[in-house]
Amino acid sequence: MQPETKTAIDVHVHDPGPGDDLSAHVILAAPFVVAIIVYVAAAVGQRGWPWHRTAAWVAGVIAAYAAFGGPLASASHQSFTAHMAAHLLVGMVAPLLLVLAAPVTLALRTMSVVPARRLSRVLRSPLARALVNPVVAALLNVGALWALYLTPLYALMRDVMLVHVLVMLHFLFAGCLYTVALVPIDPSPHKAGFAFRAAVLVLSLAAHGALAKLLYARPPPGIAATDAHIGAQLMYYGGDAVDLVLIVLLCAEWYRTSGRRLPAGTVSRPTGVSAPTISRGTSS
Amino acid sequence: MSGTPHTADVSPLRNRSYWAAFLLGIAVMAAIDEIVFHQILAWHHFYDGATPDIALLSDGLLHAAELFVFVFGFFLMLDARRRETFRASFAWAGFLVGLGLFQVWDGVIDHKVLRLHQIRYGVELLPYDIAWNAAGGALLLSGLVWTLMLFRRTRTASPRP
Repeated sequence: MQPETKTAIDVHVHDPGPGDDLSAHVILAAPFVVAIIVYVAAAVGQRGWPWHRTAAWVAGVIAAYAAFGGPLASASHQSFTAHMAAHLLVGMVAPLLLVLAAPVTLALRTMSVVPARRLSRVLRSPLARALVNPVVAALLNVGALWALYLTPLYALMRDVMLVHVLVMLHFLFAGCLYTVALVPIDPSPHKAGFAFRAAVLVLSLAAHGALAKLLYARPPPGIAATDAHIGAQLMYYGGDAVDLVLIVLLCAEWYRTSGRRLPAGTVSRPTGVSAPTISRGTSS
Repeated sequence: MSGTPHTADVSPLRNRSYWAAFLLGIAVMAAIDEIVFHQILAWHHFYDGATPDIALLSDGLLHAAELFVFVFGFFLMLDARRRETFRASFAWAGFLVGLGLFQVWDGVIDHKVLRLHQIRYGVELLPYDIAWNAAGGALLLSGLVWTLMLFRRTRTASPRP
């Protein structure tokens, strides 16, 4: 406990005054507030846009913000457990919710023809294709996690606010890429096959779980053993919970698409083939 | 319909519900292991301080595969029902094989070869090891015997044209 109280005091001394603190919080929160306003405005304009997608977007943005500002973010400079909770929110929970909100579909429906074409051209570009390759997305996400905890980057992140923000931004974007690569809800011109995505999902979940156990066994420097143990178990079981949702979404997609391929008459009930998803509605 | 046997009835190993239940058997035993021994009895530990790093990696892989198999087994079962190829007897045989196979794998490979963890700590291990592996072996054997019986039944039920 000793070294932690010391860093706590340290951080407090370097803290800016209350006025600067407030403006820093406002600047940090602004993009998140804008993200919610823009989405909700677009959703309200689209008659029949599913309310659960709007709810997912709002919850996703709030989950992402929790890692940048608010009590959890400030606690994460001292506590490994709080850091891990923030990390789970920004890197796994928020991306899942944001992807479930189908923002690209909403954007394509809301925008006029020219910007919509421009957006779809960007989505079809070779760069987008490379980034949503499941292997690339998994390396950017889980690979970067290994790099963070097994190098001095983690210590740097705890000390320097800018590094903290950059690392969290990286995991927010990498988490979104990873989720889109594995369980795309929006139109996805570069979608990989089911077996490939399933294999990458299992391998990256394995790498995530193994890293959690390594952190349990050998805490990063400057982290107390009990704190590391709770944080590592949170990482392990929290990662399991979110990845379980990803697995269900992936398998449900397999069930839907393999149902479409069944010849008519072999299906026992007509409800076996589900209605087309919203992503298909906009792909024309 | 009644004249020619359905393709689902040709052999248990070519039946989707057999393999779906096999996957579910693996996953259910893995879940029992996690819930009863890790969480309720707390005989197993998250990490016992003696596991080699490479075993941690293989454990992570096994655990991730279990989670996937658990979900995919359910959807495969739904698919078998949708295709009207679901056969309860095939499914139960596959389920028993899955249960037993996981338990024997855990008892022999995880506990003894990789030394990931032991069943319980601070006690004489042998009776626990024997009980665990014998129970798993019994499940596996009964599942395999059932599978063989189904093989013979399907062969006599559908003579070659």
